[in-house]
Amino acid sequence: MNYSTINRITPYIFLAPAVIIMLIALLYPLGYMIYGSFRDWDPSQAIGESTFIGLGNYISLWNDPNFHESLTVTLKFAITVVFIEMIVGVGLALLLDRNLRGMSLLRTMFILPMMIAPVVVGLIWRYMYHPSIGIFNQTLEKIGLGSVDWLGQHALMSVIIADIWQWTPFIFILSLAALQSLPRSALEAARIDGASGWQQIIYIKLPLMMPVLIVTCLLRLIDAFKVLEVILVMTEGGPGLSTEILALRISRTATEFRELGVAAAMSNYLLMLLLILTIIMLAYNKIQELQAVRLRMAAEKEVD
Amino acid sequence: MPKIRLDGLSKRFGDTEVLHGIDLEMEDAEFTVLVGPSGCGKSTTLRMIAGLETVSAGEIYIDERPISRLEPKDRDLAMVFQDYALYPHMNVAKNMSFALRLQKRPRKEIDQKVHEVAEMLGLTNYLHRKPAELSGGQRQRVAMGRALTRDSSTFLFDEPLSNLDAKLRTQMRAELALMRQRVHKNMIYVTHDQIEAMTLADRIVVMHDGHIQQEGTPEALFKQPINKFVAGFLGTPPMNFLDATIESDGDSTRLSGDGFSLCCDQATLDILADYSSRKICLGIRPSDLIYDPQAAADTALTLQVDIAEYIGAQSVLICHCGHQKVMVELKSDTPISLGEKLTFRLALEDLHLFNPANDHAIPGFVAVESTDSQ
Repeated sequence: MNYSTINRITPYIFLAPAVIIMLIALLYPLGYMIYGSFRDWDPSQAIGESTFIGLGNYISLWNDPNFHESLTVTLKFAITVVFIEMIVGVGLALLLDRNLRGMSLLRTMFILPMMIAPVVVGLIWRYMYHPSIGIFNQTLEKIGLGSVDWLGQHALMSVIIADIWQWTPFIFILSLAALQSLPRSALEAARIDGASGWQQIIYIKLPLMMPVLIVTCLLRLIDAFKVLEVILVMTEGGPGLSTEILALRISRTATEFRELGVAAAMSNYLLMLLLILTIIMLAYNKIQELQAVRLRMAAEKEVD
Repeated sequence: MPKIRLDGLSKRFGDTEVLHGIDLEMEDAEFTVLVGPSGCGKSTTLRMIAGLETVSAGEIYIDERPISRLEPKDRDLAMVFQDYALYPHMNVAKNMSFALRLQKRPRKEIDQKVHEVAEMLGLTNYLHRKPAELSGGQRQRVAMGRALTRDSSTFLFDEPLSNLDAKLRTQMRAELALMRQRVHKNMIYVTHDQIEAMTLADRIVVMHDGHIQQEGTPEALFKQPINKFVAGFLGTPPMNFLDATIESDGDSTRLSGDGFSLCCDQATLDILADYSSRKICLGIRPSDLIYDPQAAADTALTLQVDIAEYIGAQSVLICHCGHQKVMVELKSDTPISLGEKLTFRLALEDLHLFNPANDHAIPGFVAVESTDSQ
């Protein structure tokens, strides 16, 4: 083997272990799930013993009102939390982007919720929402406003609040990083040009942060579609189907209803949804990259 | 046109004072250049005038109106930044019209103003481009255009040419000088480049360690520097400094040092009366040393050439005289060889004399004509 051949294949040899692990850990289960989604499959059977039913699982889900309900809850949940988290997270970042004494401590405190395990978050909020001993109702009663049936009548709102509490920090730190990497002199120029604080935010800061904000928003949306633990601990999807997001329904279909094929098909629906979001995100990055290249080429062509 | 006055302007960052009470007055529509090495406080002074840094003590007056507590936008200023500070997401026209759009001026007026300035700066074909699509020189021009579209009374420039390559810098410097002829506004310009300062300024303010060293016209500062710092800072190649003693033997008095001994005239002697028997420091501009093989020894320096730096029509020779380094300028076509000893004639009136104890120019040798000097 000559040197150039060795040089050419060296990178692939180094990549091989990672590729093999990926194939085993990622593609095999994925293929298994896709294969399973075409079969009528009970957990007591080996996959080979199950009957092939083609698109049967997908079609029955397509017509299943409970699945529709679950999908609606998921969409409502994901869109609401991401919308509010973006506003609060970016707002906080704009507010805390200044050098005051103790600001770094404050920032650290703000991102604490993100570091707590989801199960623990679920438990904390379940107790805070407790109808009689929870801090919310006790406080409300003390000030004479009467109690609220948090995890009953307003279950979806309650899980949304808990999610906002946990995940706003994610948007906050990314926005803060984006803000702090903005060109300082452009902001100073805007001050001299006469922009007020609000005008600086609207005309300079937000437009310049936009690429980061769009990616953050998509990442968070992908994550919100897959949320499980916190809601599982807080409401178990109830009351009724009011908080039964897709991930929860998949888990229940597999374990309680013992329909592995249907659960796999449902996972694939969710996967397709997330795939669309991911493709949008990658496409957006690609467009940005191409635009940067185009701008750079144009600039290089210019000779004074 | 309002004039600008700084009154005891000081700046502290924590416990460190970086500006120690700057007093400065700029006349109407004057082009003032603050120049000095990095860290001398020139940019801080400019940023305080702009309102980007708070004032620790003292006051800034524009047209006798104290402005140090005002927001930048209320000071009626426009500023050009070192890194251009363009808004990357706006095209050239939007960048230039941002201030006017914030003021909610009529659209027609804004368009007209932008086109007028773009025309003047040769940017008309680039109005729809984003900053990233422009070359460095064009970006610099847009930054200047953005300042010009606003009819501010005062323009501030913070090292606007230092991000450009050498050729472009020369070209933009000429454009700035041209713009200066057309726009009669107060201009305050910060640079560390003494050539920019000399070529552009009506008035140069040399700063060092948070103090103003000297202010005045470029010519006054070049001809009558008030101390060794100013003398060494302005002019390329820099002024040579040679240690010397005043020696009298009988009826002749000489300025002698390591490798040279110059004859003194009566006028110089009178000025140096107080310094007899004391050491002094001679300042000699490289351009004041004239190559003359026939010069008499007591009106000339004999220098041994160590290095010849060819820079075109002129060469800079780095020589030594005794143990002291001396730079001279010489026509490149003069036949010389390294290691050779050359004689350079020196006129006494071109000498600068400094007191080595405090580095101040010796009175009598400075401020003869200049009224600007302190």
